[in-house]
Amino acid sequence: MNQMLPPAQRLPSYLEQSETVRARFDRLKAREVILEVRHLEKTFRQGARETVALHDIVFSTHRREFLCIIGPSGCGKSTLARIIAGLDERTGGEVLLAGNPVNGPGPDRGMVFQGYTLFPWLTVKKNVMFGPEANGHSRLEAERQAMQWLALVGLEKFAEAYPHQLSGGMKQRVAIVRALANQPRILLMDEPFGALDAQTRCRMQAHLLEIWRQIDITIIFITHDLEEAIFLADRILVLSAHPGQVQELIEVPVSRPRSAEQLISPEFLATKARLEELIYQAKHDSEDSYPPMIRLADVNDNVD
Amino acid sequence: MLVGRWFQISRPVPPRAKFVLGVLSFVLPIGLWCLVSYVPAVWHPQVLITEPGSVSYLQPGMRMDKGAFDGALADAISTHKALPQGVPSNPIYLPAPHEVAQALYSAFTTAPETRDGQWLHESLWHSIQIIFWGFFISSLIGVPLGVLAGAYAPVARLTEPFIEFFRYLPAPAFGALAVAILGIYDGPKIAIIVIGTLFQQVLIVANTTRKLDAALVEAALTLGARNSQLLRRVVVPGILPDLYRDQRILLGWAWTYLIVAELIGTTSGITFFITQQARFQHFANVYAAIAMIGLLGLGTDMALGLAGRRLFPWDRNLVKAE
Repeated sequence: MNQMLPPAQRLPSYLEQSETVRARFDRLKAREVILEVRHLEKTFRQGARETVALHDIVFSTHRREFLCIIGPSGCGKSTLARIIAGLDERTGGEVLLAGNPVNGPGPDRGMVFQGYTLFPWLTVKKNVMFGPEANGHSRLEAERQAMQWLALVGLEKFAEAYPHQLSGGMKQRVAIVRALANQPRILLMDEPFGALDAQTRCRMQAHLLEIWRQIDITIIFITHDLEEAIFLADRILVLSAHPGQVQELIEVPVSRPRSAEQLISPEFLATKARLEELIYQAKHDSEDSYPPMIRLADVNDNVD
Repeated sequence: MLVGRWFQISRPVPPRAKFVLGVLSFVLPIGLWCLVSYVPAVWHPQVLITEPGSVSYLQPGMRMDKGAFDGALADAISTHKALPQGVPSNPIYLPAPHEVAQALYSAFTTAPETRDGQWLHESLWHSIQIIFWGFFISSLIGVPLGVLAGAYAPVARLTEPFIEFFRYLPAPAFGALAVAILGIYDGPKIAIIVIGTLFQQVLIVANTTRKLDAALVEAALTLGARNSQLLRRVVVPGILPDLYRDQRILLGWAWTYLIVAELIGTTSGITFFITQQARFQHFANVYAAIAMIGLLGLGTDMALGLAGRRLFPWDRNLVKAE
């Protein structure tokens, strides 16, 4: 990406924000805090060995914020999402949702997984109806809601199809509205587009932003893709690995609404450079660097 | 070349070849049987007497070993008496395919030879009822217990060690006990099938339940489903196609216990028919009855397989396996 810029042009600091962006952040921070994570700890115990997966994680999100959590593999970002969802137990600290402590999973926190996890025995419509029905809505009411949600993502035509008849992108759209049909306070997304091809992925990112704009939802989005994080997020929580710790909470200086052209804007590139510095710097220090290559092909047989 | 094309691990067979191979799987063993039955040079260790000649102890229709017949023939030749005649034949316990095929039909149309005898269809129907009740009672206990053991680890720990022990006890060993408790008629027979099926069933169903994708349960949890709801709306429908496959396999096991079960107390059903026919040396009927069990089993399984595809249209494994 950097090569595309004129060499003389220097990137602005990722900390510089335009007037409109700063105003947006002021409005965002003025909204109430939805999720508060306080000094969260997670230790895995295997026999006598203890592995610290997460250490002293502190952050909070405001209502209708789009927060991305990014970090190298092994930083515990998935574990963090699962603890917030209530699927894993924390070993220390607190998670507060709208001021109430989180214990176990609940319909107030929707989750979208990388593997689509749609119920294969239910049609698309019944998949979306699952949440409302589980939470005591009548069949008719659940069906009405499901059709509305499917209309939102343009899948009404596939209401009676089974998940295996859908493409990956469509499956993930169903998974998103299935989670949203419960009208959760926050939507946790654990690398939801990781299994999609590059084009579908871009379309899904734009689509997700569109959904997020239309409804009152706070999104916590786990990814390892830097560009995806910058493109989607209001703020990015950068974790480091071994143990997973908060490195920085970055406010993305790219203005909204987002579009693909912004991928080469100076603010975008500056943010990306900062993320690379944080993530790959850390990686460079760790031991998983590649060994020097030994030449096995003929000396005269060159590919460059 | 041929080896390269046909013997590649997990490479699917084209549909036409699949059909041909399926037919061959029956044609080959039957062909072998024909070869042994109709080609006199193959095996045929006995001689079927057609004309006793001068040998006083021979009768037409009698079978004797080739060696003994050759001796009698040599005697007759040396004493210039009338020669005994016979054709090479197989022992009476190996009838030819066409005889069994005939018996398959005629066994149904022949009245029972003894007064307490049963028609073949009556025997079969009795056996089917025994199987049904045995399998039904076993499933009534085994499936729910298996699902619970698969879903809840404490239930598994509480039941599985004992079941693991019990399943090694051969079901027929309980025969005398079953007769003492349940009498001599259908009760002990059904009990043997239950004992033979139930313990395997619990373990197999529990294992199938454990193989359910944990992510589906987690997804349901984040959607607000709780304990009984989770079991009813996620675990059970999630394992249903696999459970159905398990039941098909277990039903086959129930059939294998049938003959032993029917020998307990008063012999009944298809086993009674088989033992009666064997007593009269009607071995073609014996083979016909055994073949009937096979055809019934295969027929049921194929019908259940087809029904499964309609019942579980979402099941990918089923489509792949067919």
